[in-house]
Amino acid sequence: MENLKAIIESLLLVAAAPLSVDRIQVLLPQADSRGIRAALQRLASEYSERNGGFVIREVAGGYQFRTQPQYREVVKKMLQPSPVRLSRAALETLAIIAYKQPIIRHDIEQIRGVDSGGILRMLLDRKLVRVLGRREIPGRPIIYATTKQFLELFDLKDLRDLPSPKEIEELGRPPRQADGESAS
Amino acid sequence: MTDDGYKVKLENVFEGPMDLLIHLIRKNEVDITDIPIALITRQYLAYLEWLKRMNIDFAGEFLLMAATLAHIKSRTLLPSHSSDADEDPRLEIARPLLEYLQIKQAAEELAQRQLLGEDTFVRPPSAPDDWGDAGEETIHVGLFELIDAFQRILENIAPDHRVDLTTERISIKDRITEIVDVLEAKGSITFTELFASESDKSDVIVTFLAILEMVKLCLIRVAQHLPTGIIRLFYL
Repeated sequence: MENLKAIIESLLLVAAAPLSVDRIQVLLPQADSRGIRAALQRLASEYSERNGGFVIREVAGGYQFRTQPQYREVVKKMLQPSPVRLSRAALETLAIIAYKQPIIRHDIEQIRGVDSGGILRMLLDRKLVRVLGRREIPGRPIIYATTKQFLELFDLKDLRDLPSPKEIEELGRPPRQADGESAS
Repeated sequence: MTDDGYKVKLENVFEGPMDLLIHLIRKNEVDITDIPIALITRQYLAYLEWLKRMNIDFAGEFLLMAATLAHIKSRTLLPSHSSDADEDPRLEIARPLLEYLQIKQAAEELAQRQLLGEDTFVRPPSAPDDWGDAGEETIHVGLFELIDAFQRILENIAPDHRVDLTTERISIKDRITEIVDVLEAKGSITFTELFASESDKSDVIVTFLAILEMVKLCLIRVAQHLPTGIIRLFYL
């Protein structure tokens, strides 16, 4: 299919959510996934070379047209979106869930040292966190994990794309006396 | 704490005991793995005192941390004899602090990404739902969405049903009048006769309450000749 790239481009334009290779494969049974992937990569680099107002980003397991961050102000002026701002506490809770999932509330609170019920409820409401099930231990606590929306919000390809926490500044150097016990 | 007086609610006061500890460690420029427990504990308690005086509520977690600090201090003072106690007791607090610092760092990095709806935007979906039937599609929902949906369904189907439950089809007063009418005509009636026509549970209850009320008002006398016999109501 020599027009594969153009077909995919048209799909990307109308897709409501990040478009995955698998989804394109279903729509175009005659194309192979390697070809689709190659076409997507080529499209993405074309857009980034063009240096225009939007690019193709790989997020949440798919590809999506997204505006360039440097034009955020004027775009915001037009769309007037409701702010996505998350409080520091919410961000910390989300980070714990993202890095330690699947995780139960007790373990989240263990790390933060404070009650996290209200924040968890808010994160569930905003669909950044979901209930994965219950752990089969006394009390059958709920297991939490992040959602696709979480990946979309933070511009992440998948969970492996999470930034690995940098070595924490001078304060948080792994204890030297406790060998083999690095805080990675 | 009284309800009177000026109350302050600060948004960015320390989120929890961990934040307060990190603040104190930074302020004193000490190494997290070599915390001067006595100094930090003193400052920590002074801070709690200050929070109390400022009328700022703090949770029990703050007190728990204070207890942990005091416990660690006591362990550092005791000479260790057992073989497994040669670990620095301060690690009990250093480890979770390090982990918490990492999470804070991770949260910081997440916040600095190109956030959708903040730094980068997508084309708003052109609502294909409006074009007509998009057909059934599989959707993935969480427990809370399911509960929401169930609540919505209840709200939708409830009106008819709820009327049934809430309206008293017949009031106790009306029922008393009815029974009096019957008794005036017949003089007496059996207990089961009164309930014969009733199918609805609420009607049964209303009738029963009506009988009790009538006994109380000395309108009727209830009699039963044998323990298993027929209960009869007599009009007085």
